[in-house]
Amino acid sequence: MAEKVKAAIIGPGNIGTDLLIKAMRSEVIEPVWMVGVIPDSPGLARAAELGLKTTADGVDGMLDEMQADGVQICFDATSAAVHAENSEKVTARGAVMIDLTPAAIGPYCVPPVNLDEAMAARAMNVNMVTCGGQATIPIVYAVSRVQPVSYGEIVATVSSRSAGPGTRKNIDEFTRTTADGIARVGGADEGKAIIIINPAEPPLIMRDTIHCLTKEAPDEVAITRSVQDMMAEVQKYVPGYTLKNGPVFDGHRVSIYLEVEGLGDFLPRYAGNLDIMTSAGLRTAEIYAEQILSGNFSPKVSAA
Amino acid sequence: MDLKGKQITVHDMCLRDGMHPMQHQITVEQMVAVAKAMDEARVPLIEVTHGDGLGGKSVNYGFPAASDEEYLRAVCGAVKHSRVSALLLPGIGTVDHLKMAVDCGISTIRVATHCTEADVSEQHIGMASQIEGLDTVGFLMMAHMIPAEELVEQLKLMESYGANCVYITDSAGYMLPDDVSDRVGLARRELKPDTEIGFHGHHNLAMGIANSLAAVEAGASRIDGSMAGLGAGAGNTPLEVFIAVCERMGVDTGVDLFKAMDIAEDLIVPMMEQPIRIDRDALTLGYAGVYSSFLLFAKRSAEKYKLSSRDILVELGRRKTVGGQEDMIEDLALDMAREAGTL
Repeated sequence: MAEKVKAAIIGPGNIGTDLLIKAMRSEVIEPVWMVGVIPDSPGLARAAELGLKTTADGVDGMLDEMQADGVQICFDATSAAVHAENSEKVTARGAVMIDLTPAAIGPYCVPPVNLDEAMAARAMNVNMVTCGGQATIPIVYAVSRVQPVSYGEIVATVSSRSAGPGTRKNIDEFTRTTADGIARVGGADEGKAIIIINPAEPPLIMRDTIHCLTKEAPDEVAITRSVQDMMAEVQKYVPGYTLKNGPVFDGHRVSIYLEVEGLGDFLPRYAGNLDIMTSAGLRTAEIYAEQILSGNFSPKVSAA
Repeated sequence: MDLKGKQITVHDMCLRDGMHPMQHQITVEQMVAVAKAMDEARVPLIEVTHGDGLGGKSVNYGFPAASDEEYLRAVCGAVKHSRVSALLLPGIGTVDHLKMAVDCGISTIRVATHCTEADVSEQHIGMASQIEGLDTVGFLMMAHMIPAEELVEQLKLMESYGANCVYITDSAGYMLPDDVSDRVGLARRELKPDTEIGFHGHHNLAMGIANSLAAVEAGASRIDGSMAGLGAGAGNTPLEVFIAVCERMGVDTGVDLFKAMDIAEDLIVPMMEQPIRIDRDALTLGYAGVYSSFLLFAKRSAEKYKLSSRDILVELGRRKTVGGQEDMIEDLALDMAREAGTL
């Protein structure tokens, strides 16, 4: 078996567990630690069954051993409130932090748009924006790379069952962080994000609408081609990323309607919003891992 | 029905829900004129914001003629007796908008979620309830979609976050008086005695007045309406009519009836872009249980893609769409047009 980069997942909830299942298929990542805070949590038990080392003492429970275990990549699937502390501890011990919380202390990373930049900057902490951001920012960028976009707006509709307690308690983080990502990564002058939670049964598949206002009349042919190219890029890591309708052109408005179905690893297929986060996080980690394995990047230990 | 001696607070929606049929184009000057007249008529509470609440300015819902802040500062500065409220839908607006609205001088913030999703309001209601003197209201939309027991569990969540008043909101104008009695009655029995209960109706099945009376009988003390019914769908409960009925029944609203009639007739009706009435599409909203502000979006998509707006609305109801899903309408219309072979 080829050499792999060892990784730890912090947060054994739905996201962390789905990520674990995906990471176990990776050619370049080997998950070795699952970190939790509740001793009898099913997520920790499942990880232990799959052969990972586990701790219920939070990140502190792993720190003494992580360097000896060769952990060079960590995923944080906990919450924004504890992320900064987690990140400081593991990056000091030479691990790159992939942040799946909305804490956003590191640069935003949307793989098909700016993963190369994060890599080039050798960022030790990268943030995966939000689920809505991962689903829509590639499309905003697909329009803005054709011609200037004065305003980008997205509406993400997710099923009630896929909106976890973290999202619910701090829904403002979603709207703010996504709007910021639409501008900073998507390339729109101004960003706006809306999230709708729908309780219908059976649960609806994640839907996303992207509206862009172009400064000049939109080049319909070029934008349509660019959006289709981007769809193919995202489909490489989220096969259920589907263009339902559009681009629709109406004056300077360009609207694109998407559906995001997940792989159904640990999370159900309708929860494309969660799947696209874990898939994007893993994809980011894999690019880092390839650089580490090829000797182009070696995360530095900064702890005394 | 004996309501004699009851005291209620009526809350006018013209300058918020009324923004939907006006495509959010009511001007600051119009708002100030209406607010001054409401103040004269002693309407105790008036709501002012984009139709979809603070931060509603968007491609999805429509760009307003002025910003929330411009509207709120102007109206708050123009009234002496009436208090001003703002609506906030978490997922659209944030606590930053809430703070701005408080700074403008609102007395009341109403935090609205879909009827099953009260827990997304914890952050906003929690923060509002900590602001000295701010009347904090939880507002459960599309309340027809779940039974009374489930609805009351959600109302209790909002109460637990700090709401001093909670609303049962018939966003689709679907409820019949018994539906209202059941829900308000159970809420009245289960919530703390000092938590106020409100009812917000839409007139899509012409039940605005009847439903509001049922709500008062079952224990609601705040009733939403709008002069001349200016609101989404077939409009809200026509407030001047409700005030007249209240007077006949001995319910005290504190509002000057004739001045209310004059506002409806002389200020609001001339402002309307189209008559607010129970046309075929508005009736479909009430019949199929669809969010009232979808009305104009469905009409526009029907025209653009050569479909029946009634078919679009019925399908939106069948798919159990919730408030805020306006983006679904063009998407669905495109699917329907493709199926019909007209795209």
